[in-house]
Amino acid sequence: MPPRNLNPQKPRDARRTLAVLGRYLMKSAPMLAAALLLTVVSNVFQLIGPTLCGYAIDAIALESGVDFQSVFHYAALMLALYVASAAIGYAVTILILHVSQRTVRAMRADLFAKLMRLPVGYFDRNQTGDILSHISYDIDTVNTSLSNDLVQILTSLITVAGALIMMIRISPVLVLVFAVTVPVSVLFTKYMTGRVRPLYRERSRKLGELNGFVEEYVSGQKTIRAYRREDDVLGRFDRKNEDAVQSYYRSEYYASVTGPSVNFINNLSLTLISIFGALLYLAGGISLGDISSFVLYSRKFSGPINEAANILSELQSALAAAERVFSLLNEDEEPADAPGAPKLRVTDGDVALEHVDFGYDPGRPVLRDVSLRAKPGGMVAIVGPTGAGKTTLVNLLMRFYDPQSGTISIDGQAIASVQRASLREAFSMVLQDTWLFNGTVHENIAYGSPGATREQVVAAAKATHIHEMIERLPQGYDTVLTEDGVNISKGQKQLMTIARAMLRKSHLLILDEATSNVDIRTELLIQSAMRALMRGKTCFVIAHRLSTIRNADLILVVRDGQIVEQGRHDDLLARNGFYASLFRAQFE
Amino acid sequence: MRRIIGYLNPYWGAMLVGFAIKFTGTIMDLALPWILAYMIDDVAPTKSRPAIFAWGAVMVVCSIIALLGNVIANRRASAVARDATRAIRHDLFAKIERLSSKQMDELTVPSLISRLTTDTYNVNQTLGRIQRLGVRAPILLLGGMVVTLIQDWRLSMVLMSTLPLLAIGVAVISWRGIPLYARVQRAVDRMVRTVRDDVTGIRVIRALSKGDYERARFEADNLALSEEQIRADTVMAATNPLMNLLLNGGLTAMVVAGAFLVHSGLTKPGRIIAFLTYFTIILNAILSINKMFVMISQATASAQRIDEVLSLPEEPDSVARPERPADAHIAFDDVSFSYNGRENDLDHISFSLPRGQTLGVIGATGSGKSTLVLLLQRFYHAGSGAISIGGEDIESIGADRLHRMFGVAFQSDAFFAGTIRENIDLGRGLPMDEIERAARCAQASEFIDALPDGYDHVVHAKAVNLSGGQRQRLLIARALAGNPEILILDDSSSALDYRTDAAMRAAVRREYPDTTTILIAQRVSSVRGADQILVLEKGHMAGLGDHDSLSRTCPLYAQIERIQTGDDSIGGDEYAPA
Repeated sequence: MPPRNLNPQKPRDARRTLAVLGRYLMKSAPMLAAALLLTVVSNVFQLIGPTLCGYAIDAIALESGVDFQSVFHYAALMLALYVASAAIGYAVTILILHVSQRTVRAMRADLFAKLMRLPVGYFDRNQTGDILSHISYDIDTVNTSLSNDLVQILTSLITVAGALIMMIRISPVLVLVFAVTVPVSVLFTKYMTGRVRPLYRERSRKLGELNGFVEEYVSGQKTIRAYRREDDVLGRFDRKNEDAVQSYYRSEYYASVTGPSVNFINNLSLTLISIFGALLYLAGGISLGDISSFVLYSRKFSGPINEAANILSELQSALAAAERVFSLLNEDEEPADAPGAPKLRVTDGDVALEHVDFGYDPGRPVLRDVSLRAKPGGMVAIVGPTGAGKTTLVNLLMRFYDPQSGTISIDGQAIASVQRASLREAFSMVLQDTWLFNGTVHENIAYGSPGATREQVVAAAKATHIHEMIERLPQGYDTVLTEDGVNISKGQKQLMTIARAMLRKSHLLILDEATSNVDIRTELLIQSAMRALMRGKTCFVIAHRLSTIRNADLILVVRDGQIVEQGRHDDLLARNGFYASLFRAQFE
Repeated sequence: MRRIIGYLNPYWGAMLVGFAIKFTGTIMDLALPWILAYMIDDVAPTKSRPAIFAWGAVMVVCSIIALLGNVIANRRASAVARDATRAIRHDLFAKIERLSSKQMDELTVPSLISRLTTDTYNVNQTLGRIQRLGVRAPILLLGGMVVTLIQDWRLSMVLMSTLPLLAIGVAVISWRGIPLYARVQRAVDRMVRTVRDDVTGIRVIRALSKGDYERARFEADNLALSEEQIRADTVMAATNPLMNLLLNGGLTAMVVAGAFLVHSGLTKPGRIIAFLTYFTIILNAILSINKMFVMISQATASAQRIDEVLSLPEEPDSVARPERPADAHIAFDDVSFSYNGRENDLDHISFSLPRGQTLGVIGATGSGKSTLVLLLQRFYHAGSGAISIGGEDIESIGADRLHRMFGVAFQSDAFFAGTIRENIDLGRGLPMDEIERAARCAQASEFIDALPDGYDHVVHAKAVNLSGGQRQRLLIARALAGNPEILILDDSSSALDYRTDAAMRAAVRREYPDTTTILIAQRVSSVRGADQILVLEKGHMAGLGDHDSLSRTCPLYAQIERIQTGDDSIGGDEYAPA
């Protein structure tokens, strides 16, 4: 391997990130081009301004006295030019603002779309706060950099080019000074950015950790107060905070060297120009007037280069943030449906598991060699101690996770080979962890059934006995459920999710502790509704209340990831095994 | 804002030193062109090579001083920003920990989180930048103005007459722009809330294939945020062009005025040329001051959001109330309470519970069971009536002493990333045997021991790697581990099977005989052994007594019991397929 490839990792990453960022920007290519053009125009105006001013002063300094007519003429031109230049400047800013907003909006949309395609396991592994910091803080950093730095970079490029041309016209020899200092300054900047980028990455990471911590503990504030852990938690927070501010400081510590250093190199080049200019003057190679013009242009030349170093170091933090965003965009998605995968066609609802092995960590199996059959319209109940692996079955049926081996099929079609959406479409489910979103009550109940009418929603709510409660809310069915605002109990939330399931027409039903948060009296009230919900569907019921499942066609008794007993209620009682002991415990 | 500035108080000294260093560096930057001019105008014509090299050396020295001065000052500025931010975050977090539940409800958790993260970050960034830019620009501005005034006050006045206009323009723009940034922040909050919703409900979204629907919902927030940002920035972006225009207009006016002054012999054309140079310096200085101004105005919105939390009134730790002598350990005396101040969520609740006894609370969802125990722990204050523990009104007990009495497992309680042991201990530094005993009683030791790392098993955020039942048992263990005077289990065994639930209750009775227990449950089997059972219906007391008496006298209780014991013309075919 050639030596120059010894450390290819960093630049390639940055280049790739830039390339992706560039692709986003190119979606606004016409606006960018317009901004570029306008920047050129406003720079030309800037060059004309001083010239006009010079003409005006010449008209003042005439031997024959002040030529007021010319002065007014040039002053009027100047004014017109400045108005135009201000207008163009504003236009460029607005253009760039729209470009950067379009870009970050597209990035946010892509990021969100990505979240909607990631496997469920990703959300089980990552903290909500960390995921959120990608879509808020990271993208915000990119936005700030885009909107502030793009104009500057455009302006700088043009100014540098213009100044260079003027300098070469004055004295090609003196320009050689820059042949030394500019590469030095470029190399130095490059070195510094390579040095600082990992620090910026670290800073983003630490901030993400702090966000995760804050999310976790602010949400658990009541618990912290109940256990008087304020001081202890504050101590932990302080450590996270320390990490965050220190990593911020460390990145600034190095980044803040870049600007003054480049400035230093510029000052050195100024010194060299002075010395060589003076020597050149002694040798008769240049006039004093030319030296001073050269210096004026060299300042125009090095000013933007100086700024560019600052901008570059700011770009580093944007790049680190963009890198985090893009790395999320590169996460493995739920594998796509096989091309031409058929839709699942459920005719009866005959579900079979054959020799299924599964574990969340491949090393630690949760289900081992599980086989079972659920007959159409029948009810499979899964019981067992908590943690025995009951919910896992739901994860597999819905393909939130895929088994390591074995097959699951519905009406003879292996679920691994049909379109995922059609599989999930076939199920209604009510989960133990109720989930409602920040929308109206109506939207939440009609969530799985777009186009459900208000009458249908009300009917479902009545069936689950939450209609009265909903009517009492400030705006009834149009009340927006905010996270902490409206006081709705967990049980009422669960009833809403049951109402949601009722609206769906599907052949298969999953009830995972569907009524765990509903008190038994309400459960009795909604009994007939539950019966209606289950009618004609193949049902998978996970429950602790054994009374609710004693009529199941098949009861699976799960213990330590194994199905230890299966059969009907009476058979299992007669067997006097694990199920029987579970059942008797409720009367103790 | 003043409060946030106040966080810089300890650092004024350090900042002054930093400013002095920065000042030196800036002066060096200004000295270099002066030396250059001197070399060209005065040294070069003498044709002395040694003099040229000598002055060149002086320039190098100045450059080095400028480099060191700026680097040191920048680093010091970052350090001050770091220290102030550390303190602000610390105080904000500490304050949030102490907020009352009512205040938490009003501010909402997501908003508090974004104040602690995004807003403190903005403040950090601004504090650093302001210090780095904040010295150079004013020096250049003041220096430029002083020099022009000395050289020709008439011309100078023409140029400076634009400054008031400038101030008015910037003030108007800021006055209109800054409130817009508050709207931007609200749009950010809305967007973040949607993402949070969806991340927590990802299973439901997948199950219902609502990815596209959620994308549309998100896109609405996304678009709204972009529009707010564009609106705010469009206003603020007007500042720069306006300033350029006004200053250049002043320049033009100065040229015209100069023509008249030269005509009447009051000034010379050379002065006007010199003014052009100073004008550039002044313009650049004002531009960068304005840049700081924009930065400050954005940070102000963040600072205000932080301040809003920091300046919330704190509840008094306790207030004097008459003692309420009673034999009861816990007594509710005609307690009523309402969340919204309109209809009562708890209505005239009275009971008294002797030490070491158990109160079972049973009732429909929303009947006020959880509210009852929140009031007992003073998370909310009773609207009327009095609650006492050991004869003391809870309002008169200091918060620390009050909370120390309780071990509590909330209905959906929080887990924190850390080991199982840490989640039970919760930083109390409890001895291991105490933790193990609690876990044993909570029926958690069996599954903990089965884990490869036992008590050191790492619980992920939100305990997603544990099942509902495992979570509940850990929470019960947490509540028991401090050997509390009062144990509150708020529907904490709903995910446990009957056998485990019964074993847990028996173990608590056996191992913690002096602990007074309030047990909220939905199953009669969980509360039937309780000394007293309180039956709640829509905030009212529907019954109070032991199991046997309630079975006879309380129709609601009897009905619940009938369904549950499965003895059951009703309950048995509950889920029978048709």
